[in-house]
Amino acid sequence: MATQVKKTPQQNAVTEKMTLIQAINDGMKTVLENDQMTLILGEDVGKNGGVFRATDGLQEQFGEDRVVDTPLSESGIIGTSVGLAVNGFKPIAEIQFMGFIYPAYDQIMTHVSRLRMKTMGHFSVPMVIRAPYGAGVRAPEVHSDSAEVLFTHMPGLKVVCPATPHDAKGLLIAAVEDPDPVLYLEPMRSYRSTKEEVPVDSYSIEIGKGNIRKEGNDVTVIAWGAMIPTVEKAVQQIERNGVSCEVIDLRTLYPLDRNIIAESVQKTGRAVVVHEAHATSGLGNDIVSVINDTSFLYLKAPIERVTGFDVPVPFFALEEHYLPTPKRVQIAIEKVVHF
Amino acid sequence: MENNFPILKIMDDQGNLLEESYREKLDKQLVYQFYYHMCRIRTFDQKAKNLQRQGRIGTYPPFEGQEAAQVGSALALGPNDWMFPTYRDHGAMLTFGSDMIRTFLYWNGRVEGCVPPNGKNIFPAAVPIATQLPHAAGAAWAEKRKGTNNVSIVYFGDGATSEGDFHEGLNFASVFQTPTIFFNQNNRYAISVPFDKQMNSKTIAQKAIAYEIPSVRIDGNDCFSVYFETKKAVERARNGEGPTLIEAVTWRTGAHTTADDPTKYRPQDQGKDIVEPITRLERFMKNYGFWNEAEITQMKMNIEEEVEAAVKGMEEYPKAKVEDLFDHVYANPPKQLQEQKDTYLELLRRE
Ligand SMILES: Cc1ncc(C[n+]2csc(CCOP(=O)(O)OP(=O)(O)O)c2C)c(N)n1
Repeated sequence: MATQVKKTPQQNAVTEKMTLIQAINDGMKTVLENDQMTLILGEDVGKNGGVFRATDGLQEQFGEDRVVDTPLSESGIIGTSVGLAVNGFKPIAEIQFMGFIYPAYDQIMTHVSRLRMKTMGHFSVPMVIRAPYGAGVRAPEVHSDSAEVLFTHMPGLKVVCPATPHDAKGLLIAAVEDPDPVLYLEPMRSYRSTKEEVPVDSYSIEIGKGNIRKEGNDVTVIAWGAMIPTVEKAVQQIERNGVSCEVIDLRTLYPLDRNIIAESVQKTGRAVVVHEAHATSGLGNDIVSVINDTSFLYLKAPIERVTGFDVPVPFFALEEHYLPTPKRVQIAIEKVVHF
Repeated sequence: MENNFPILKIMDDQGNLLEESYREKLDKQLVYQFYYHMCRIRTFDQKAKNLQRQGRIGTYPPFEGQEAAQVGSALALGPNDWMFPTYRDHGAMLTFGSDMIRTFLYWNGRVEGCVPPNGKNIFPAAVPIATQLPHAAGAAWAEKRKGTNNVSIVYFGDGATSEGDFHEGLNFASVFQTPTIFFNQNNRYAISVPFDKQMNSKTIAQKAIAYEIPSVRIDGNDCFSVYFETKKAVERARNGEGPTLIEAVTWRTGAHTTADDPTKYRPQDQGKDIVEPITRLERFMKNYGFWNEAEITQMKMNIEEEVEAAVKGMEEYPKAKVEDLFDHVYANPPKQLQEQKDTYLELLRRE
């Protein structure tokens, strides 16, 4: 990891080139160093350093007491995290793959998200649940789910999803510092795909704030996580035809950054929303609602959505047909631009 | 508790029978059946590992070292029984009658790999840990309600015992006295987590006590004790005497999957003293006069041919159809799903 150490002029901070997963690792290292009440728990997170190596080296550095290999039980991991959290600790719980979060769904739905409400703030659950999600890495069945809406439809919980190494570290630290529980989704397809300069010190990215990855005038393309590279490929292609695209990386899925969406769509008058989860009840529908509520009269064309189909995420032989492709995104952009 | 559940063994590491009474039960046909199936699934397993390395299939979880547990238990079943395997039990599935081409297809990301041969009650391998245990209780319950004497067997690892579904499956089987064999392969690791970090109990067999289910702890690398103990459990289940839990103590010689590096978490010399099951059976065969070099050479050649043909069959199998993404989700696909399919196929046609 310790490749190139240099100062970036804007931030005047010492940075290192990191992949997304290295940035997550560095974020956890930072909070373990700075806050004695934080601890990591999950399956294979300790000695093995996580099946993706997200927690690599952390048990060596912080000990078995703070980086804990748990029994194989998602409900147990989240349930005990609730107990730890109400009693002074800040658990960072790893769910090995998002497709294996379902045994813990009961705990998250009925306790993690509601404890503050049902005790009028007497108890709260400041914890982070990390989960790699998404298809495209030829993983076995169930490993490729993108189930964010099961959790955005859960008042009391926040949901974030970084697309870049820089955001990954900043959002992780923000999630740990947040007084409420945060589900932190990791685009596993992007874990090692690119590197960027990441400050070595602690910093946070505000939860609830999206980011304009690229400014443009003709159409707003909204996405997050593993769909950002897909969108960027489509945009590169389409801009050759003289279409100017604005790309928004939402970064937080709940609460949505309504302002960034509204401002952009009011400028461009056109929008395409891209996500890899199924279309029906997908988060894209909420984004369309935000546009409807804030910017309806600015629209020059109906909004397009490019999503996974309404089918279970397939076995990997067909996963490239399930996932939105740059081609499908491009077609949607053309459709709204030429409406 | 360890003393209450000593590891039952019929054959020792040197291939000597510890109980001479078994001598007469072990005729040549049976011994060769064990040997044939263990060699067959080992050849399959090694081929799968190689194919993964060459990028010809996806991530693969080898079962090397667990052949006796899988073959011994599968051979104890009858043709109409039910099997509920995990991702690591393709050895048991092949022995029970799964198609080898389809088994390779499964690891190449094809749903076709989940479809059992007609008339074979083989469930798709469970990927979410322990979820299959209640299914096995339910299928056996159905057999009981229908008045048959068919049973179900369900495979799971040591790690699976930590999940709620393990306990729920056992409890339902116990309450409804279903004819179910809970067959645990305790290979001592759940990915990187060793047995003693997974649980504070000394055995898995003891967990059955809480549910009033008879249980036994056996040497899972001894195909004879696996076979005969599973047979006993199957007989009890057929006779209406309810479920059994079997803990077969074994050892995963290799990595958790082809994506895993066990040197990260297992001491180098751990497991070195464990005699893997095929070597053990070979010793027995030589000790007791079953070894026929010519016959075995021929058997191994036939196995090689079968596995090579299955690889060829997998690679020549018709390409995955995009329609299959949509066609099997509902008996009658809703209109909007049909529209998604039509739109996408139209897009592909235009490309
Ligand atoms: C519900 C669930 N959580 C996590 C996983 C990821 N995972 C796959 S295999 C495995 C370990 C299983 O260990 P064990 O039950 O002992 O079986 P073995 O792999 O040793 O055969 C884990 C944690 C999963 N498949 N399902």
